[in-house]
Amino acid sequence: MATKAQSAEGPESTETGGDGVRRRDFLNVAAVSFAGVGAVAAIAPLLVQMAPSADVLALATTEIDISKVQPGQGIKTQWRKQPVFVRNLTPKEIAEADAVAVDSLRDPETLAQRTKAGHKNWLITLGVCTHLGCVPLGIGEGENKGPFGGYFCPCHGSMYDTAARIRQGPAPKNLVVPDYAFSTPTMVTIGAKG
Amino acid sequence: MVRVIGFLVGLVFAGVLLISLISGVATNLSSPPAPLASEEFHKHPKPLRLASDGPFGKFDKAQLQRGFQVYSEVCSACHSLKLVSFRDLKELGYTDAEVKKIASDWKTQVPSINPETGEAAGRKALPSDNFPSPFANETAARAANNNALPPDLSLITKAREGGAAYVYSLITGYQPQPAELLKKFPDAKTPQGLHYNPYFANLNIAMPPPLTTAGQVTFADGSPSTVDGMAKDVAAFLAWTAEPNLESRHAAGVSVTIFLLLASILGYLAYRQIWHDAKRVVRVTGPLEAENQAKSRSAKAKQGVAG
Amino acid sequence: MSFSWAKPYEPKHPVMKWVDERLPLPRVVYGAIGGGYPVPRNLNYWWNFGVLAGIFLTIQIVTGIVLAMHYYATTDGAFNSVNQLIMRDVNAGWLLRYAHMNGASFFFIATYIHIFRGLYYGSYKAPRELVWMLGLVIYLLMMATAFMGYVLPWGQMSYWGAQVITGFFSAFPVIGEPLRVFILGGYAPDEAALTRFFSLHYLLPFVIAGVVILHIWALHIPGSSNPTGVDVKDEKDTLPFHPFYTAKDGWFAAAFLLVYCVVTFYAPNYLGHPDNYIPANPLATPAEIVPEWYFWPFYAILRSFTFDFILPAKLWGVLAMFSSILLLFFLPWIDKSPVRSGSYRPVFKRFFWLLVVDVLVLGWCGGGAPTPFRAALGQISAAYYFLHFLVILPLVSRFETTLPLPNSISESVLHGEAAEAAPAGQGNTRGGSVATATAH
Repeated sequence: MATKAQSAEGPESTETGGDGVRRRDFLNVAAVSFAGVGAVAAIAPLLVQMAPSADVLALATTEIDISKVQPGQGIKTQWRKQPVFVRNLTPKEIAEADAVAVDSLRDPETLAQRTKAGHKNWLITLGVCTHLGCVPLGIGEGENKGPFGGYFCPCHGSMYDTAARIRQGPAPKNLVVPDYAFSTPTMVTIGAKG
Repeated sequence: MVRVIGFLVGLVFAGVLLISLISGVATNLSSPPAPLASEEFHKHPKPLRLASDGPFGKFDKAQLQRGFQVYSEVCSACHSLKLVSFRDLKELGYTDAEVKKIASDWKTQVPSINPETGEAAGRKALPSDNFPSPFANETAARAANNNALPPDLSLITKAREGGAAYVYSLITGYQPQPAELLKKFPDAKTPQGLHYNPYFANLNIAMPPPLTTAGQVTFADGSPSTVDGMAKDVAAFLAWTAEPNLESRHAAGVSVTIFLLLASILGYLAYRQIWHDAKRVVRVTGPLEAENQAKSRSAKAKQGVAG
Repeated sequence: MSFSWAKPYEPKHPVMKWVDERLPLPRVVYGAIGGGYPVPRNLNYWWNFGVLAGIFLTIQIVTGIVLAMHYYATTDGAFNSVNQLIMRDVNAGWLLRYAHMNGASFFFIATYIHIFRGLYYGSYKAPRELVWMLGLVIYLLMMATAFMGYVLPWGQMSYWGAQVITGFFSAFPVIGEPLRVFILGGYAPDEAALTRFFSLHYLLPFVIAGVVILHIWALHIPGSSNPTGVDVKDEKDTLPFHPFYTAKDGWFAAAFLLVYCVVTFYAPNYLGHPDNYIPANPLATPAEIVPEWYFWPFYAILRSFTFDFILPAKLWGVLAMFSSILLLFFLPWIDKSPVRSGSYRPVFKRFFWLLVVDVLVLGWCGGGAPTPFRAALGQISAAYYFLHFLVILPLVSRFETTLPLPNSISESVLHGEAAEAAPAGQGNTRGGSVATATAH
């Protein structure tokens, strides 16, 4: 209906009184604008349907049971269809992380900034290398943790330390720490603002 | 040529139809189709008035909660609700915590695997899960129900003629088979294992009466529970499971209807204005004036010229 | 486009001038639906339904594309993707689904009224035969699209409807069964059928859009017909499409959309069948298999043939059903009366209304279980349908006496407006006589 968008040209070959023209145009303009508003409003559902649907949003948070993860161990789990590393750091690993001069890091962050108060041993990060998206090794038993004792990405050699911070290799940033909260000492809700 | 062939084709089709008609009528007259018990004794659903009826209807959340309670305590033993998720229950007025508890307390577990051995196992439901089915698959369902398959109830009020009224009538419609039926159709005695229910299409349903005694379900809000009341409540609940968006739909409908009404009126006025003088522009004088036309016609008629 | 007094496109805005010099789309639009397309001034509201059909084609395409973003074309996933994902979880999904479902029905309502307008006013006659035939092609494509679309939710009616309709092909001797298996990609409607129906259902509306453009293009050569059936003679008989018919189409479209929205928002399942809310079960046939309402007359014709006369009854039914539409292609040659409009053909007019009643009765017969009464009524009505077009019409058009036609459209307009017209000499007058037209 291309013509609806065009401004209404005056009616053909009809009487035009001075006032009549303005009244005529006003009604036409009013009708067309009203229709236009309707057309725009009709577009709303067409766009809104592309936003994540309720079932996807329901999986915006995932609860993880960490009761079985011993110090020195880690589990690989899933959140929003992406891998998540949950690691229970040993005191030695915590000390190693704290000993590093923060200014020397490519992406300066302390271990305390990357964990929750009172749960400094729990390192929860996305298992996605910040270089080009591979899943790094090091979370499982016997996997190569790299020279810094954290994670090692086999794709292009990015190496992360015990606080999952980038130390060497092409990755620009530390492994992402998602929003999470401890609902109980042994249950973590990832995706929830803590 | 086209017309000749068409003519013949038309006669042929009409002829064959006539033959079919005659043979059909003859068969019906000589051996009329046997009347069926289900035709004569099937009843239409009893009227049911729900809060959600009508263009301005809204759900009665308290009723929906009672209906959900009836479903979870009585119906869910056999009937799945596969398309509904626990999180949808928030629309009934339950809080997040209550929904979480309903999900994890649900007596059927969600099929999953044992994280250590990888064997099939169940796990407690989460709010993001859909209601798990009471039976693993159709075969298991039939095996447990004398070869009858209890249908999923998520869409039942949209999947049956009569909707919620049908569900209500069915649940409360169990009765002994009338003597009249047995006299007229002695072969139509309700078979063993089935139950007579005139609201069911073929009169004999495999489901035993699900609601039999008052107080069968003790409602959390303390409302009295009669069989009739429980049936209405569960029918209302199932109307919600089938149409959870009913209220948004009605509300949007109001705005859209008013908008289009105004748009039509505005449009009509604009149309009338644009056309106001359109037809008057043409002025007739001379030969096409009505009077002259009449004169010309009578003159032609006198001369015998075709008009 | 073909009228000498049609206003040529004269862009006032420099941007429009710039575009038009490089890609003459603006002048094409102007000449097709703008001020540059003269249209008879006496069109009544029966002429609004072509545009309405076009509006619903657009609605279907837009809602369809958006629904396709969420639909799973698998036998396992289809039902749930429609009834859980789209209807419950997708934002505004329920609205899009109901709009698409009811949009199809209203598309057919508009199209049927449009077709019957053509039948009554002789729009199929020379020189518009090709417009008519292209229209029938559009109708056939619509039927195919609608049929395939109905299969997609994979409910009981989807499945069994597919089973029955593809079963038609097996009625043909020798090639029938292999053809049916070829169309389905299997021995029964299954995964292969579902995915190819989805693909074709997405494709055909765009083919329809292309044929619609041809349909309108072919129409614009002679221009629109009008309720008198008398040709346009000069400028006084016409008005430019814009703003006169854009305004008329616009307001009527809003009113028609109002009806559509009342149904979509307040009775969205009224035109459908409850059985399609039951997931498809190849092992359980529903109590009655019926197609959607817009196919009911054809279904009645199909079921009316019950006697094996030389050919098996099933084959008769299929042949008759296809013929009932194919015969319409020949209408311009079956009805060759030089008088176009039913308004001036009193005998034809009566038979026309009989046809309308007949089609409605056929629809009623096709929509329910074939009880003896319905079956008999269906047979009589089907017989009348064929007799009407193939026997009665040629005879009527040959032997009828028609009423005298007005000399021109303007004259007919005036005769109607005689009471309204101001006394001669008042107001704006072009002076002189209206161009005298020779008797038609």
